[in-house]
Amino acid sequence: MAASTVSVLLLVFLPLVQMLLSPSPGLLWETIRDKDVLRAIWLSLYASGLAALISLVLGTPFAYLLARRDFRGKKLLESAIDLPIMIPHPVIGIAILSVAGAHHPVGQFLAWLGVRIMGSVTGLVIVLTFVGLPFHVNAVRTGFTAVPERLEKVSRSLGAGMTATFFRVTLPLTWRSLVIGQIMCLARAISEFGAVVIVAYHPMTAPVMIYERFTAYGLEYSLPVAAWLIIASLVLFVILRWVSAAGEKRP
Amino acid sequence: MIEVRDLNLSLPGFALREVDLSVAAGEFFALIGPTGAGKTLLLEAIAGLTAVDSGRIDVAGREVTGLPPERRGVGIVYQDCALFPHLKVRENIAFGLRYRQVDPAAGRVRVGELAERLGIGHLLDRSVTHLSGGERQRVALARALAVEPVVLLLDEPLSALDPAFREDLRFMLKEIHRISRVTTLLVSHDFGEVQYLADRAAVMNQGQIEQTGPVEEIFSRPRTPWVARFVGVKNVFACAFESGRARLGDSRIRLAGPPSPGASHLAVRPEDILVSLERPGGPEVNCLEGRVSGFTALGQVLELQVEAASVVFRCQVVRQAPLDGRFQPGQPVYLSFRPEAAHTL
Repeated sequence: MAASTVSVLLLVFLPLVQMLLSPSPGLLWETIRDKDVLRAIWLSLYASGLAALISLVLGTPFAYLLARRDFRGKKLLESAIDLPIMIPHPVIGIAILSVAGAHHPVGQFLAWLGVRIMGSVTGLVIVLTFVGLPFHVNAVRTGFTAVPERLEKVSRSLGAGMTATFFRVTLPLTWRSLVIGQIMCLARAISEFGAVVIVAYHPMTAPVMIYERFTAYGLEYSLPVAAWLIIASLVLFVILRWVSAAGEKRP
Repeated sequence: MIEVRDLNLSLPGFALREVDLSVAAGEFFALIGPTGAGKTLLLEAIAGLTAVDSGRIDVAGREVTGLPPERRGVGIVYQDCALFPHLKVRENIAFGLRYRQVDPAAGRVRVGELAERLGIGHLLDRSVTHLSGGERQRVALARALAVEPVVLLLDEPLSALDPAFREDLRFMLKEIHRISRVTTLLVSHDFGEVQYLADRAAVMNQGQIEQTGPVEEIFSRPRTPWVARFVGVKNVFACAFESGRARLGDSRIRLAGPPSPGASHLAVRPEDILVSLERPGGPEVNCLEGRVSGFTALGQVLELQVEAASVVFRCQVVRQAPLDGRFQPGQPVYLSFRPEAAHTL
């Protein structure tokens, strides 16, 4: 068991620690003063945050439906929602472009609205939502399932409507699952590269910039950007976990 | 007060079919039946927590079939209490008050009074996760009563409790009903509980109501062989009727009156049969000769199986240590019971 633990820790942490320690402090400082790097990291966090919020708004009612209702085709729908986790990510990018293209009614409608997908922040957010949404839905559905339906029934019998029941009973008992869903969704979106590089090479996100610097200039120039992306993500996730843990102590 | 007419409700693998039920205002009514009979589903249909396929439900003279649960005025208490774990006892009890437009100060008074009446006044500021089973059930009851429902539905509220707590709460339920006169519909498996609490009852089986009537009538005069067996009448035999008597094998069983129309069975409660080693006197008593074929000890009672009139009767005798050797297998005995104890179904 000890050997297994050490192996897992080495496998996960050694490359990350190496990545953080490799660039000199001077190089790290110089990198973070580069406006392109700052813009790329900010875009990654900003677009991923938007994708997480969209997943929260769209995915939460859907997760509730999956947790509470039985209907024909439910298993199929549950499998379908996991598809973005399974299929190669460039395929996701290609699929989104094919729908948003000039030959597809959706693409034509978006063009009529003046919405551009290819090479835009909008396209980027759509791609990140696509890849992150299943993580949010799955985490939140598990949370809803853990709340006995009878609590909601009793709440309704006491006079609370559906909305009041959700906010007074269901949400207080599941908000940690929502936070975990947001963390998972955000994490997945920040790390996305394969689909993003197809839909929006520019404006450049941090993973695309790391890839570009690696292919154009080599490991030395890509490492500091990667280190800053890891640091920014780590700070964000520590804050979210801290919020979740603080709530756990105060039910 | 509660009128259910021709109610149909289908779920995967189960259905309520053509359910009719009528509960009078202020009545304490019991729904009894085996597990999976549909009792809880019927309760939830009345509360609006499960949608029905067809039929009509009226509560307090108003049709509520299409109304959402929050507009029916029906309170429900489940066996597992379903207390809100994130709220304290006080917050649980006060949960529904804001939807009844109760002034906060009046609400606090009402919560306090209810808690005192139910013996949980000292627990108001506790978390519900630290309560015993009996305390949890009292909180659930207080929460349902706080909103002053027109109908109170109790889904086996006592069955998960220890016997001592169960008896306390049983008395409390009776007292609360006596004071509030709230129309109450109780689901229970416990016949003693039903006999103590309820005025009338309905027996459910496989999504249908088999019999409705005063509790004593259901237990003493079940209308179908299934209900008879369910309420503990262990001697239910198919028989023919001739000249106002039941023919069981070669024996003619005297009845108190003419057999009920369409009757095909005879039912006798085990506790109504006297088992003796000598033939009892009295021409008006049914007396059958038989032979003990086996026995089972049930606490202070010995249940004898006696072959008589081509069937096996189950009878009960009180265990008496010096005499327990009387009824060994093969022992000839006499079974006697009054015509009033012989029911036709």
